[in-house]
Amino acid sequence: MPKHELILLKNMMEPGYTGSLHDYERAGGYQALRKVVGKVPPAGVTGMVMKSGLRGRGGAGFPTGLKWNFLPKDYIGPKYLCCNADESEPGTFKDRQLIERDPHQILEGILLACYAIGSETAYIYIRGEFVLGAKILEQAIAEARTAGYIGSNILGAGITVNVWVHRGAGAYICGEETALLESLEGKRGLPRFKPPFPATNGLYNKPTVVNNIETLANLPHIVVRGPEWFASIGSPPKSTGTRVFCVSGHVKQPGNYEVPMGVTFRELIYEHAGGMRSDKSLKAFIPGGASAPFLTPNHLDVKLDFESVAAAGSMLGSGGVTVMEEGTDIVWAALRLMEFFYHESCGKCSPCREGSSWLVQTMRRIVAKRGRMEDLETLVDLCKNIEGRTVCAFGEAEVAPIMSTLKHWRSEYVTLIQEAEAANLIKLEPAVRH
Amino acid sequence: MLKEKYQKEIDEIISRYPVRRSALIPLLYLAQRDEGFVSEAAMKEIAGLLRLTPPQVYETATFYTMINLKRVGKFHLQVCKSLMCALAGSDTVVEWVKTKLGIGLGETTTDGLFTLNAVECLAACGTAPMMQVNDDYYERLTEQTFDRILADLKQHGTCSLKTGPFMWPEAPMRNEK
Repeated sequence: MPKHELILLKNMMEPGYTGSLHDYERAGGYQALRKVVGKVPPAGVTGMVMKSGLRGRGGAGFPTGLKWNFLPKDYIGPKYLCCNADESEPGTFKDRQLIERDPHQILEGILLACYAIGSETAYIYIRGEFVLGAKILEQAIAEARTAGYIGSNILGAGITVNVWVHRGAGAYICGEETALLESLEGKRGLPRFKPPFPATNGLYNKPTVVNNIETLANLPHIVVRGPEWFASIGSPPKSTGTRVFCVSGHVKQPGNYEVPMGVTFRELIYEHAGGMRSDKSLKAFIPGGASAPFLTPNHLDVKLDFESVAAAGSMLGSGGVTVMEEGTDIVWAALRLMEFFYHESCGKCSPCREGSSWLVQTMRRIVAKRGRMEDLETLVDLCKNIEGRTVCAFGEAEVAPIMSTLKHWRSEYVTLIQEAEAANLIKLEPAVRH
Repeated sequence: MLKEKYQKEIDEIISRYPVRRSALIPLLYLAQRDEGFVSEAAMKEIAGLLRLTPPQVYETATFYTMINLKRVGKFHLQVCKSLMCALAGSDTVVEWVKTKLGIGLGETTTDGLFTLNAVECLAACGTAPMMQVNDDYYERLTEQTFDRILADLKQHGTCSLKTGPFMWPEAPMRNEK
């Protein structure tokens, strides 16, 4: 039996659970919706979510209830809920499982959110590669529509909510909430300058909430079991509830593990994921997706909650934990991630568009043993000119792998460069600095 | 022309959104499904359907990697090369394709069956290495399963090793703990 009580993954762990409407209802599904629609005012639902302490599971960890509360109160006209199922952060594969194994849990969360914020339309923006996930969601929506949970006059209470699945087309940046909105409007996914925030000027310039799939999946449980119950789980008061952590890399049993926030990385990696895959010890890990700075074995006893990981110099982010064993070439690993960011930079802001190209070139040169000592300075200089100078958080994200590996494993960079210098190959490459 | 062939579907897609332009990516997908890629003629037609200029359609189509502006093979092998897959040996998978099919990145076999591309993270890091072939995911690849996938695709057009509704680890494995 799992050591901790499962909330989000509970249904799908039952033998024979298919994720159909029948199975979901039999497991107590749609009771939260029945509990509130026509009985609890929308503000009451928002109140519950505020009280639960639920924070966004997409990466930024913004309090969900507060986000909802930013919508203008007296606004008349359409408002939108956009469900962020773009799941593109390298190391993250939880939403895929939540969608494909228990789609109604997400739909119920969507309906509760729409009820709370007064939205009649929800779009699920799902990454284009999740063809199966999109099909499963569409089937679930059709089932829920037939059962009277989706559509007009939901549960006879005169409330209308329509839900549509909208497939992205292979752009990481569309997981950034304003880029997602641009993409949903049929444009290139370029993040918008904020403010104004989506709460007032979102999809089609209307008040909009963008919530991650895992965030929404928590809502039915908060409503049924109460915000106090939810707030008692994890690492209260600031990191409440569980997270589905995605463990990848050099562990025995990679995969999705739902644990209360506040367990240590040591427990997650060595108990749940079975420890290292061989007798090689752990060298490094990324705690929260590719955008999160690398951590070292000294950080294994850090707790998996927003504050603790931040205090350790990284971030809990999307919950993607990637483990690397002794012998992994750290500079190569940072380069791999940098290549990802270079490929995915949307091109809107010059520091990111040009800087990512420079960073990749400089890193490639170092890895190919053609680097020089001044490259280390160039890397830091480039990173400092990217972070904080871009419209969206991508700028901070792309410099994380390089800055953190330079901090913890500088000697590996130096060794590669010394080998290059020893081989006297450096003059083959022109300098990048100008 | 897409309009004659898919009138009903096009109308239904446009009806989901209060602003027509939102239907752009769905219609690009429709065109891609029809022809295997998105041609200039299709983009011009979509522009007309959504009351956009052709450049507006083109700028969107070129931004997204899943919209193919050139014809690809019948089976589009997309091997994930991001760090998490690379830690599990995805570079070897690319080598398998190169040696077994004789094509490099971005190339198509002469019989038009297979195109190879290395792509960034497909959200299957716990089941690496992996590749996507058209709409399907194939995960935890070994040389043996890889050979079978290629053979099955050639022979049957599909392979039973593709991933169904995803869960990893699978439930029984967890219960053993």
